[in-house]
Amino acid sequence: MDKIIVENLNLYYGDFQALKNININIPKNRITAFIGPSGCGKSTFLKTLNRMNDLISDCRIEGKVLVDKENIYDNSNININNLRKRIGMVFQKPNPFPMSIYDNIAFGPRTHGIKSKIKLDEIVEKSLKNAAIFSEVKDRLKKNALELSGGQQQRICIARALAVEPEVLLLDEPTSALDPISTIKIEELVEDLKDVYTIVMVTHNMQQATRISDKTAFFLSGELVEFDDTHIIFSNPKDKRTEDYITGRFG
Amino acid sequence: MTKLSKLIKTLVMLSAFLTFSILFIIIGYILMKGIPHIKPSLFALKYTTENVSLFPAIITTLIMTFLSLLISCPIGIFTGIFLIEYSKKESKLVELIRLTTETLSGIPSIVYGLFGLLFFVTSLGMGFSILSGALTLSIMILPLIIRSTEEALLAVPNNLREASFALGAGKLRTIFKIVLPTAIPGIFSGIILAIGRIVGETAALVYTAGTVPQIPKNLFSSSRTLAIHMYSLSSEGLYTNEAYGTAVVLLVVVIGINGLSSLIAKKLRKGELNG
Amino acid sequence: MKRQSLDKFMEIIFFISACVSIISVILICYFMFANGIPGIKKIGVLNFLFGLDWSPSNIPPSFGIFPMIVGSIYITFGAIIIGVPIGILTAMYLAKFCSPRLYKYLKPAVNLMAGIPSIIYGFFGLVVLVPLIRNIFGGTGSSILTASILLGIMILPTIIGLSESAIRAVPNSYYEGAIALGATHEYSIVFAMLPAAKSGILSSIVLGIGRAIGETMAVIMVAGNQARMPNGILKGVRTLTANIVIEMGYAADLHREALIGTGVVLFVFILIINGLFSMLKRKVF
Repeated sequence: MDKIIVENLNLYYGDFQALKNININIPKNRITAFIGPSGCGKSTFLKTLNRMNDLISDCRIEGKVLVDKENIYDNSNININNLRKRIGMVFQKPNPFPMSIYDNIAFGPRTHGIKSKIKLDEIVEKSLKNAAIFSEVKDRLKKNALELSGGQQQRICIARALAVEPEVLLLDEPTSALDPISTIKIEELVEDLKDVYTIVMVTHNMQQATRISDKTAFFLSGELVEFDDTHIIFSNPKDKRTEDYITGRFG
Repeated sequence: MTKLSKLIKTLVMLSAFLTFSILFIIIGYILMKGIPHIKPSLFALKYTTENVSLFPAIITTLIMTFLSLLISCPIGIFTGIFLIEYSKKESKLVELIRLTTETLSGIPSIVYGLFGLLFFVTSLGMGFSILSGALTLSIMILPLIIRSTEEALLAVPNNLREASFALGAGKLRTIFKIVLPTAIPGIFSGIILAIGRIVGETAALVYTAGTVPQIPKNLFSSSRTLAIHMYSLSSEGLYTNEAYGTAVVLLVVVIGINGLSSLIAKKLRKGELNG
Repeated sequence: MKRQSLDKFMEIIFFISACVSIISVILICYFMFANGIPGIKKIGVLNFLFGLDWSPSNIPPSFGIFPMIVGSIYITFGAIIIGVPIGILTAMYLAKFCSPRLYKYLKPAVNLMAGIPSIIYGFFGLVVLVPLIRNIFGGTGSSILTASILLGIMILPTIIGLSESAIRAVPNSYYEGAIALGATHEYSIVFAMLPAAKSGILSSIVLGIGRAIGETMAVIMVAGNQARMPNGILKGVRTLTANIVIEMGYAADLHREALIGTGVVLFVFILIINGLFSMLKRKVF
């Protein structure tokens, strides 16, 4: 079943067209990876899925993004804050808030109106457990999240995203700023999470895509060149450009 | 070239030495001459022409500082928020706000004093009063608060805002729960500098708050701050010793305020390295 | 929906706050000009600006502020002569000569210098500089020279602060380029870096001029305040700012208007200097 369906999506920054006629169906409870060279539009595309591009002033979007068959660009019946609650996001650089670990995780639930201390405690513990970091931080929940290592910070960010109980998790190169060991931990975590969440991940690392993703989309210069099962993309791509890219014969 | 280099170096060293020894001499001289004249009668609860107590002036200074900040801080911080979080960089309005803020920061205190006299004291009929003085000062320190807020908000990394939005928080919540708390130390150091200006101000207050040496009864009574007190003492020429003593108190307060502001600035730089 | 209306409400509050600066400038301009210009007209623009005699209690009174204009200009000029070279050289010291360990103490010292209230500078001038000048040169000691020295000291932090950041903003490659050609440390700084920092340094001077011309309390205490044409740097002088503070307390009617007019003239000077500063700043940064 498809969680997200994108139809004829075009995106412009001023006069520059950054995404050209994208059509893609992203399956539920799978990991979908976006690969491609820098500047190919993969991160831009990821941000259209929870409307983070709204923050950029001269960004214009045409086409449809359907989440559960509902167009998220239809302002008449979409509340953008609710949308972002449903579609969580984790960024390239770990970006915990400069506050305690507990408050970091509780920020989202509090935003959406949960005030009960008991309920919040519960959510914080559950989210940290789901992000596989609870055992490492359970004794210092009141400590500033900035005191943690980069890898731990990123898992805090994942826990923070999980705390609002999203349906989709968007990961924008979540391991590019991390060391190999932290990277493996995050990859294992992501694989565990796909039973519950639909995961879309941008990665610059092709091994990472082959290791954990079910589907892979290859982007080039704002176009979606090819989208298929990961093993097909990497073993038997249909498009010459995909083949060039994955075999490293590319700029 | 080596001769010239030597000359340059000598001049540079000499100037730096001169600058810092002047500062040292001013502070040292006033402390040395003033400390012996600090006696309990200077802090008597009530001012008389005998004791020329500076206690009422200290109370007035505190009230004046509090009032001015109360008026100026919300306006200044909100302006900073508007400029950084809400407006497009190149809009005409932002240009205008920047230009007027710059103009305000260049206007000398005597012009503020004159304006306060014409507007608050006379036109609005507030008379010589704490309120007239505080309103005048709050305009005077506004650019300082706006600028420090702007700088502090700009220093908040954008990825924190993104993270907050991505969790479904609205703009207002993002600003008040994430951006402002992160920017507080920077804003605070601006507020402290503003306190320094309020405490040291004379020209803007002589004809707005007036020079009555008593603790004000309400917002509409006239009263002198410590700096005005000091001005009155030294210009009357009758109380030179007391003027020295008062100068010490004023100077210590100012040094304390500056020290605090440097300390916060230092903390800030360290914090940025961690973040 | 409720949250969205709060969002909108606060945005309006932020907007209104942002307009306070604009409104303040308009109010200040309006009240200064509306109260000052009628008086100037009554006295006659030329009589007011270029009249040599300020005798408000004469019958008929005479309101010429030319001596004060000249006084302000002399003292500001003197302050610049003293403050600018020392300030720029000190800025060079802070930016390029002093060790980071020393800098940690010197930078706050410059900030402290900026934070010391004018009344303290004035008092220091009164009890130290005035007697000093009197002993060395004779006369009363309250003079153009005394005021220039004191103001020169007072504008130092302004000049140092802005010039230092201007020098620091020059790419190090300028310095390295000169060093690579065999120039000495000092030579590279003065001939490769200073020219590149010149608009920043220039704007520091303009700001210093603004500070000096607007300074009031410190000047009153050391300049003598005689409202007549100055004829020598050891003679007393009155500035525009001093004129306002000294006489505003008891002035009435046309005298009062003439004092506000004095404020208008000062204000116009300041607006011109501010404009100059803004232009310089926009070119540099």
